[in-house]
Amino acid sequence: MTDLIHSTTSAKRTERSATASMTYAIFLAAGLAFLVIAPAFFYPIFLMKLLCFALFACAFNLLLGYTGLLSFGHATFFGGAAYFTAHAVKEWGLTPELGILLGVAGAVVLGLVMGFVAIRRQGIYFAMITLALSQMFYFFCLQAEFTRGEDGIQSVPRGHLFGLIDLSQPTNMYYFVLAVFVIGLLIIWRFINSPFGMILKSIRENEARATSLGYSVARYKLGAFVMSAALAGLAGGVKALVFQFATLTDVTWQMSGEVILMTLLGGIGTLIGPIFGAGLVVTLQNYLATSDFPVTIITGVVFMVCVLLFRRGIIGEFYASRLGRKLGFEHRR
Amino acid sequence: MKPLLQVSNLNAWYGESHVLHGVDMTVGEGETITILGRNGVGKTTTLRTIMGIIRERKGEIRFDGKDMLSVPLHRTAHVGLGFVPEERGIFSTLTVEENLMLPPVVADGGMSIREIYDLFPNLEERRSSPGTKLSGGEQQMLAIARILRTGVRLLVLDEPTEGLAPVIVQRIGEVLKKLKERGMTVLLVEQNFRFASRIADRFYLMDHGRMVADFPVAELPARMDKLHKVLGV
Amino acid sequence: MTMIFGIPLQAFLGQLLIGLINGSFYALLSLGLAVIFGLLRVINFAHGAQYMLGAFAAMLLLQYFGINYWFALVLAPVIVGLFGALIERTLLSRLYKLDHLYGLLFTFGLALTIEGTFRYLYGAAGQPYSVPPALAGGTNLGFMFLPIYRGWVVVVSLIACIGTWLLIEKTKLGSYLRAATENPVLVQAFGVNVPMLLTLTYGLGAALAAFAGVLAAPVYQVSPLMGSNIIIVVFAVVVVGGMGSIMGAILTGYMLGIAEGLTKVFYPEASNIVIFVIMAIVLLIRPAGLFGRDA
Repeated sequence: MTDLIHSTTSAKRTERSATASMTYAIFLAAGLAFLVIAPAFFYPIFLMKLLCFALFACAFNLLLGYTGLLSFGHATFFGGAAYFTAHAVKEWGLTPELGILLGVAGAVVLGLVMGFVAIRRQGIYFAMITLALSQMFYFFCLQAEFTRGEDGIQSVPRGHLFGLIDLSQPTNMYYFVLAVFVIGLLIIWRFINSPFGMILKSIRENEARATSLGYSVARYKLGAFVMSAALAGLAGGVKALVFQFATLTDVTWQMSGEVILMTLLGGIGTLIGPIFGAGLVVTLQNYLATSDFPVTIITGVVFMVCVLLFRRGIIGEFYASRLGRKLGFEHRR
Repeated sequence: MKPLLQVSNLNAWYGESHVLHGVDMTVGEGETITILGRNGVGKTTTLRTIMGIIRERKGEIRFDGKDMLSVPLHRTAHVGLGFVPEERGIFSTLTVEENLMLPPVVADGGMSIREIYDLFPNLEERRSSPGTKLSGGEQQMLAIARILRTGVRLLVLDEPTEGLAPVIVQRIGEVLKKLKERGMTVLLVEQNFRFASRIADRFYLMDHGRMVADFPVAELPARMDKLHKVLGV
Repeated sequence: MTMIFGIPLQAFLGQLLIGLINGSFYALLSLGLAVIFGLLRVINFAHGAQYMLGAFAAMLLLQYFGINYWFALVLAPVIVGLFGALIERTLLSRLYKLDHLYGLLFTFGLALTIEGTFRYLYGAAGQPYSVPPALAGGTNLGFMFLPIYRGWVVVVSLIACIGTWLLIEKTKLGSYLRAATENPVLVQAFGVNVPMLLTLTYGLGAALAAFAGVLAAPVYQVSPLMGSNIIIVVFAVVVVGGMGSIMGAILTGYMLGIAEGLTKVFYPEASNIVIFVIMAIVLLIRPAGLFGRDA
């Protein structure tokens, strides 16, 4: 059976060649440089939205791509943290960084609860359970007082970062979001290359074997789930400040589906794939926002096309292409 | 004797691993053939490739002159091949009788359900219990019995005596002899020498994914020592 | 007035009936999901969309061709079933060799596409579909007023569930289905056209969902969103029941529908999450589900 993640069979293949590391470094530097100067060419609000969703997708990919768990409920952490941050900043007057931290903490708690229940089953059941639990959270948000129901929490102040930097300035806000994004990516990179991440990969490849080696598989899965939830929460909290509101949209199952699409489109299990996936989806949404043609149809069709023809995603296809191989990237099945 | 099954230069793969390296064999109409060989030399793979279960294959398989490589799996039985897999393949969610009735009748000349129950009285007694509630021996009987209904001309058996008590092995031997009298052609893989020598007309010896020897049952005593060495038994 | 636990009996029975009706739909839908999953190993996310298509088919057949409820009850499942079979044969069947999650993702995309298309064409608002005249009105049972159509839904869905169960457990076709669920390759080697069986099963599952959709059309409004609202609940039902058993799927559907109805009586705020809560509790106590055999 072909695994959801195109696993590499030998250890040799997983080690990138020196050329690849070089290319990778050049890419990253170019990407970062682009993001630093990007506000000169694009609307900051668009860029910030993109960065938030890119981080969200990378957080999601941490779970799917490196642990093999398909969560259909990640909107809970993204949208939940957005609510917590918005509430903390607006009602309690917390500074933005504390508000975001609180959002992340909330996402961690939600992740612990959802993860604890969901990791009891695998594969397809895991997906259905996370979906059901996040629908439950959606109904909770619909009825709870602090979320203000259909209206959502509106006009959230961006405040002063550390009490000093005025985030209502678009440029300040942009570089703040960029910094959070880079930190988030560094955390993910560090995480997947840590011993913990290695064990996760071995669980993904062969769960029975990992169990027989004495690893508590459930605990590692839960750890990855909470980590992913926390980073999704980070993205959600920041998004609440960027748009200055938190609404039900971010906790719907459609949002959970969207992040799956971003990851699938960019390339499951590639570090930077989800960023490209998120970029495409967000751009598409912006483009279609002015027309009355529903995004859902396109999303649905792209989903089907990806699954049928394009399972490696953009970055995965690139790595497997002749150019990608020439640059020394691992060839994935 | 008219050949019923002709296999020439058959190659087969499991994913990337090349398992059969040019198998040649012929099974005559009405013959009982046993394939011998150590574990892992490709005996089961040969059967599964002939049946069309393994699709990554090259070479030639002809059944009664008909090219089998282009026949889809669900048509193999209709051409005239019946399969009794090593793991027996009794369905737990089906009763004994449902298991028995499962394979579609593909040609005239199969046994009637009455004849089968006469041949295997235990199965009739337990016709409404779940298939996997039978003992190992009874499951093997059932696995053979259900193919007899279908009217296939070639019975492909993978280690029918594996793990069974001597009494049951003897019983299976009797059944196969009876089938032979009815003109059934049988191709089987077997580790149990004594069992095989009682029912087989001819042997193929397999090693490293190809047939390395072919001899009639009469030559068996003379080759015994050498076979013991090759098979490590 | 008779009271039960401090609630008027009338209201209690009324909610119980609503619970039973919801339960009928949960049972029909989770049954179809379980049958499809059993054989295809695909969680059919489009099941909700196919249910919605059934309701829409009934409405459109009436609007454009004047075809009434009774014919729609047969015709809509046939149309949706054929559509399902076509999708399976041309697209879904390409995914069987891959991880099962791809089937889920594909049908998720399919559901979004169908739902989006209908929202584009007919708007998000619900449209009414009237109860067929023969089943209009109600009857006074003495202790409560029973709208006839609702009674009909409960009876017919029960019959459909039992019929499907009999088809799978007691017929030749059913024995093929069960056997192919256990070991498709061997069944195919026996001469059964398993790929065709898979197509048939998916078509049948889709038809069952559409049948539920036609039944639902006069009860709820016909809306593009009706499918996705119910499918997530049905997923929870399936997790609670475990997909190993057809009867288990049916019973769990009814049980959870009733549990939901009763929650509406005693603690209305929790009524739309009670099934998810039950799911979480069941998972903590019995991870394989109430009737589950598979891990």
